[in-house]
Amino acid sequence: MSTVPHRARAAQVGRPMDRADGRAKVTGAARYSAEYAPPGTVYAVLVGARIAAGEVTGIDARRALRSDGVLAVLSHLNLPPLAAEPHLLPSLAGAAASGQSFFPMRDARVHYAGQPVAMVVADTLERAGHAAELLEVSYRAEPHVTGLEQGREHAYEPERIFAGFLPGRIGRGDVDRGLAEADTVVETVHRLAANHHNPIEPAAATAQWQDGRLTVHDSTQGPTATRLTVAELLGLPPSQVRVLAPAVGGSFGSKAMVWSHPVLAAMAARHVRAPVKLAVTREQMFTACGHREEQEHRFTLGARRDGTLTAMRHHKLSPTSPFDDWTEPSLEMPARMYACPNHEGVYRLFRANTMTPAFMRAPGEASGMFVLETAMDELAGELGMDPVELRLRNHCDDDPSTGLPWSSKGLRECYARGAEMFGWHDRAPVPGTRTDGHWLVGTGMASAVYPVYQAMGPQRARVRLYADGRATAETACADFGTGVGAVMRQVAAAALGIGAEQVEARYGDTELPTTVAAVGSAGTGAIASAVHTAASALREQMVARAVADPASPLYGTDPGRVEAAGGRMFPQGGSGGGEAYTDVLRRHMMSDAEALGAWDPPGADGGYAAATFGAQFAEVGVDPDLGLVRVRRMLGVFAPGRVLNAKTARSQLMGGMLWGVGHALLEATRMDPGSGRWANASMGDYLLPVNADAPEVRVEFAEVEDAVVNPLGAKGVGEVGVVGASAAIANAVHHATGRRFRDLPITIEAVLGRGQGASA
Amino acid sequence: MTRQTSRPRLPSQARREGREGTRPPEAGPGEVEIALTVNGTRRTVRVEPRVSLLDALRERLGVTGPKKGCDQGACGACTVLVEGRRVLGCLTLAITCEGRPVTTVEGLADGDRLHPVQEAFIANDAFQCGYCTPGQLMSAVALLEEGRAGDDAEIAEWMSGNICRCAAYPNIRAAVRQVRDARAEGEGGR
Ligand code: FES
Ligand code: FES
Repeated sequence: MSTVPHRARAAQVGRPMDRADGRAKVTGAARYSAEYAPPGTVYAVLVGARIAAGEVTGIDARRALRSDGVLAVLSHLNLPPLAAEPHLLPSLAGAAASGQSFFPMRDARVHYAGQPVAMVVADTLERAGHAAELLEVSYRAEPHVTGLEQGREHAYEPERIFAGFLPGRIGRGDVDRGLAEADTVVETVHRLAANHHNPIEPAAATAQWQDGRLTVHDSTQGPTATRLTVAELLGLPPSQVRVLAPAVGGSFGSKAMVWSHPVLAAMAARHVRAPVKLAVTREQMFTACGHREEQEHRFTLGARRDGTLTAMRHHKLSPTSPFDDWTEPSLEMPARMYACPNHEGVYRLFRANTMTPAFMRAPGEASGMFVLETAMDELAGELGMDPVELRLRNHCDDDPSTGLPWSSKGLRECYARGAEMFGWHDRAPVPGTRTDGHWLVGTGMASAVYPVYQAMGPQRARVRLYADGRATAETACADFGTGVGAVMRQVAAAALGIGAEQVEARYGDTELPTTVAAVGSAGTGAIASAVHTAASALREQMVARAVADPASPLYGTDPGRVEAAGGRMFPQGGSGGGEAYTDVLRRHMMSDAEALGAWDPPGADGGYAAATFGAQFAEVGVDPDLGLVRVRRMLGVFAPGRVLNAKTARSQLMGGMLWGVGHALLEATRMDPGSGRWANASMGDYLLPVNADAPEVRVEFAEVEDAVVNPLGAKGVGEVGVVGASAAIANAVHHATGRRFRDLPITIEAVLGRGQGASA
Repeated sequence: MTRQTSRPRLPSQARREGREGTRPPEAGPGEVEIALTVNGTRRTVRVEPRVSLLDALRERLGVTGPKKGCDQGACGACTVLVEGRRVLGCLTLAITCEGRPVTTVEGLADGDRLHPVQEAFIANDAFQCGYCTPGQLMSAVALLEEGRAGDDAEIAEWMSGNICRCAAYPNIRAAVRQVRDARAEGEGGR
């Protein structure tokens, strides 16, 4: 199969194109999962445990059941059994993908505050909510562990983490020897607060049974993952479960895995024999879809006088749930970032009374690279070296953890272009010396990196071309803000040689060809590759038909020498002498033609390491009297390989960089160690960047060609934008003030020298 | 600003009584029928007094453009216009809106012709997941009407009641700027 698109066709791919669902989203026509109401729909409301550990000793549902409109109260006392045990498995694997190896309401045990202990179903949302308040749940509380200080003594070193996919300890060389060779050693300790995703659309599921078949509108990154998980837990054939998610209101990892609520919605719907809508409340979102765990990093960096790194030691301590050995992989990419011969990375966990943490945008990379990149900044300061220069000194052409060559990199260009566009070299040589009015002003930079993950099975798409010249491209995937719909249109159009405006993208439905959950920044590349494969197959099918048809001007032409553009096929090297697709279809009495394409991602043993690299730059102003940090401007240069849609790719990278503002300065979910509950589980109390916090952001691309990762050479842009952004900001705060803040977020209190996170 | 009263005043009831200031008859706790004028269309709906305008629209009238991001007045996704003014649908009781025109995102376009702010949002890629977008659009429309889009700082400040977790903020500002400038040009040219 020919996979190199002709230049004329390739022009479709990469150009900025409006979102496929733009009109639907600005008119209110786009429907999200809580916005379907089949006739007779009733409402389920979850009731969360009020203690962090112990037992439910009684559920008195009498008042709730007597309350107007109430149809059912479900709890461990009457919930039907599951057909299978839930097992944590990342949804990229393409199988059932429970977010934790636990399902609530199966027995009386309470493992974490907010764990669903009951579900009330009523005819209206208000009545269900009211009855949920009338439910009298009594508990016997036991001592709990929720915070680092409570769990530190019980920490253990897990054999494997991340659902068993990664080892609990990594390393190369001899760190002690490397440190002995070092002229300068930087040692740091960082405490990073827990974070919650807070997509603006809370998770929700609407479930309906019809003749034994189940339809679920689920707010998910992977309709296929929801289908497989719900089917497995309820003991249904997957073919009998249809999951729809044409519009999803943001996720950032919170909807990457499948949690209990779509399953509970289906169980409730079966119980009351009516469609059930279960919308998780904002407060419940803090205990329903995972979180980025609180973490402590101890980091040691050794270097020679010329900046060459000799050793890196990176230990992380974090709480996990009672059920799973989960910690976000914070150590892997820092270990692979620079040419450093000696490295040791160790995860330590302790069991805590929280749910299993989950993926959150750049899971591990955002935290781990904050640690590495702020330590690099400290090292540069110690050595009296420019931070960009220090990074160039340690640039690695091969992956230092495996010795394999990077499939593409482009990082040197990212540094160079970023530094020039940002005006990096104009920065004050001494920290804490530049002012603008009463503001202290500083700049900082950091490297960005995000691995290329690959789906673990074939990714499929269908492309259909109609006799009127219009086409459709279909996959099961969801668009939760990635803009994958527009990319599907562009890629199908390019491979077919028609205009992108002629192509309609259909997605968000398990009845369409199967793709895995769009997670790990792998979604768009995988889906685009599937569409590309299908559309290329369709073009070849049409060419084959034409060259075999005596009535075609292309009759007898070598199919390998036929090009397509503008809806026409023609002999290579000119656009004359061919014919339109529509002519062939009409002549052959075909209303349409279609092809299914399956793209097999390359395996892990392809002889290459793959990641997207970038460079981040930020300028901040610090008001020393008020403790305020304002980010004044940001610039990111990234090398994500082929950019499929410059418009949506830029937006995703920009959004990621602005996540760095939250990560650096605002976002923290604080655990109340006494009650074992999150103390600020609301959007008013969990601080998120608002418009006035968001500076202008410049996103640039360094062009690299990647012939390895997929036929389009696209490496993914969803997450790398956040990596290093918080480090660049923290480094800028140091440059502005001369003071180093190692904990996140850098709060006003810390800048004022009070409370948590204050440092010298 | 208002009298402390445990019962909401229904404008229509006040009208029926023909005298301002008379205590309205009790409504609730059961359902009452009210008439809401949504995007120019009068619709009747039965709601308990505790039902928010947002839930009346989304769950009872099938008007799902206004979004529920928090149900606590913190995110702005539920922003709609009542009598042309921005309100948070989640913090407004439906029965207090009787007789007051409600405009939602569905009411911005003129048939197939998008409102200039809608067009500008698409052109500037001022959203990703789109879930905050109906609220952003209503706020943007109102702040432009109010003349509060003088410069970027002012736009940012007045748009800060609408959280966008996708962080499309710079593009939202660009969209508002574009409409502001187009209007200024239009007026200048006249
Ligand atoms: S839903 Fe009303 S402000 Fe969030
Ligand atoms: S577009 Fe997703 S929250 Fe604003």
